[in-house]
Amino acid sequence: MRRPPSLTLRLTVLFGIVAIVVFSGFGWLIENSIKRHFAEEDAKELETMAQAVHEAISSSSAGDAPSLLSQRFDDILVGHHGSSLYIADQKGNVIYSSPGPDLSALAISDEGPGFQEWSDGTNQFHTLIRHVRNGATAGDGGYTIAAALPTGFHIQFLRNFRHTLWLMVASAFAITSIMGWVAVRYGHAPLHQIINRIRHISANELNTRLSPETVPRELTDLAVSFNEMLERMEEAFNRLSNFSADIAHDLRTPVTTMMTQSQVALSQARTVEEYQEILYSNIEEYEHMAQMINDMLFLAKADNQPDSLTTGEVDLASEVNILFDFYEAWAEERDVVLKLEGAATISGDKLMLRRALGNLLSNAIRHAEPGATVTVSLGKAGGETCIVVENPGPDIPPEHLPRLFDRFYRVDPSRQEGGTGLGLAIVKSIIEIHGGRINVTSSEGITRFHILLAARK
Amino acid sequence: MKLLIVEDESKIGDYLQQGLSEAGFTVELARNGLDGHHLAMTDDFDLLILDVMLPDIDGWRILKSLREAGRNVPVLFLTARDSVDDRVKGLELGADDYLVKPFAFSELLARVRTLLRRGTATINESKLKVADLELDLMGRRATRAGKPVPLTAKEFALLELLVRRQGEVLPRSLIASQVWDMNFDSDTNVIDVAIRRLRAKIDENFEPKLIHTRRGMGYMLDNPDSD
Repeated sequence: MRRPPSLTLRLTVLFGIVAIVVFSGFGWLIENSIKRHFAEEDAKELETMAQAVHEAISSSSAGDAPSLLSQRFDDILVGHHGSSLYIADQKGNVIYSSPGPDLSALAISDEGPGFQEWSDGTNQFHTLIRHVRNGATAGDGGYTIAAALPTGFHIQFLRNFRHTLWLMVASAFAITSIMGWVAVRYGHAPLHQIINRIRHISANELNTRLSPETVPRELTDLAVSFNEMLERMEEAFNRLSNFSADIAHDLRTPVTTMMTQSQVALSQARTVEEYQEILYSNIEEYEHMAQMINDMLFLAKADNQPDSLTTGEVDLASEVNILFDFYEAWAEERDVVLKLEGAATISGDKLMLRRALGNLLSNAIRHAEPGATVTVSLGKAGGETCIVVENPGPDIPPEHLPRLFDRFYRVDPSRQEGGTGLGLAIVKSIIEIHGGRINVTSSEGITRFHILLAARK
Repeated sequence: MKLLIVEDESKIGDYLQQGLSEAGFTVELARNGLDGHHLAMTDDFDLLILDVMLPDIDGWRILKSLREAGRNVPVLFLTARDSVDDRVKGLELGADDYLVKPFAFSELLARVRTLLRRGTATINESKLKVADLELDLMGRRATRAGKPVPLTAKEFALLELLVRRQGEVLPRSLIASQVWDMNFDSDTNVIDVAIRRLRAKIDENFEPKLIHTRRGMGYMLDNPDSD
């Protein structure tokens, strides 16, 4: 995947584009309204001129000398800078034509009366053409007025304006971009602070937390989820380092025992029986260690290759019965009765599930009171298969419950009653690679392990 | 019975050789893959015990050469790695059994005996007899000194295993796996309890005692009067 462009760049460019759009838009609006304003002013002026011409013609009498009328028209032009006037009668005879552009073509053309833009080829004009039909005095009735005002200086003004506008847009773009960049950098400062704080968290400072109240609102979620991640990491890290410590501890004890024993044995000559005794005792320690290694390897494998399941249909009731067969004699010796309720079939790894159930069962039998009944119940709960293994026995203090499935966790650390301390961790691991959950409750004299397995496939 | 051990770790190799020799086998030991390969291809053995990880030619390749040469001698692999892939690979190449380090010597011995027995045809007896203990395999009944001994199905299966493999020390793990199909180490003394109960039924009021405990190794059924 391509790396997306930097946030600063994105925001800077975005600010620049916004500046261009806004300024260009305003410029366009202003230019148009100025243009319209010019046109309206010109139209008004031309209208005034036409009105004046009309009045001049109306008020003149037939006897007036043409020069007098001409003089009047000249006077009209004086008030309007650069304007031109052309008046012709209906037959096309020129009544008056001011110097300047030749308006005759315009007046004769079929453009029709009204206000328009016009060009004589070199200059631009605003023009007004008016046909007056009821000219009582101008002989046969009608005449045409064409008045023109040059717009050259308007155009020049607008050109200058546009030029200035572009300069403004360009500098606005530049200024906004630079300011934007600064603002973004400044605005990102809290982010950089967080990054700095995060950067300084090392493995042994996993208990550091960001305080979500001190960061901008937008970053609260980030800080909170980062804290959650830290918490999970801290937990996993602690578990791992405890695990290593526990391994070391659990190995140190048997190794010390064997070393001491062997060295003491060798310090003087002993009978064959005594040597044998020492070797037997060593074998017991070795076996314990070998089992621990196997259990640890099993857990490591389950953690690292959760896909190595041999999945098939598993009839849980029949598995439990096979396990009952196995544990029966031992349970009887402890005066514990085994009972199975219900039935269920799931898909999973038979040997692994047997091992998990076996561990739970032996745990339950071990902690059951004499005369008690260990019950395994199978059933369905909301589309999931539910396995409950319960035994009456002394309550496990609640502070131990959440850690019961931890590796090497023992409720009573001083008592090492057989086992590797990995049995329940293995159960949890097996259940989890089957996509299930396990929890434990212990109250009112009943300890109950509760497994939920999704009815997969 | 002649065995070949190919094992590069000298201590393990020495003790395996000693242990198996003392168990009555003729044992040759090769300390590297090349020697092992040469011996396996030229000499005749009843069983090979191969370490998978060897410095020059690994166990897989020795096995492959053997099978390609048409030698069907049973092969037991020893490995420090226990992954499903390894197991599958070994079985595909034609390994007969697979033992993961650390293993108990008694376990190895039991497996070696099983493999060696595999070739020989099992006689379909209907009765097994050790001293005055008799097992009726069809009726699943046992008598000692002519008196019927009431046994549960599993107790009978356990006794049958011990009798069939009399004179061999059977480790607890093997008993659990053969009688109850439990293939994981149980942290309980289930097997001891089962043996104790069986003993109470067939040995307590009789002489000679047939079931013996080999401390640190396992259990064995043997008739002390037979030799």
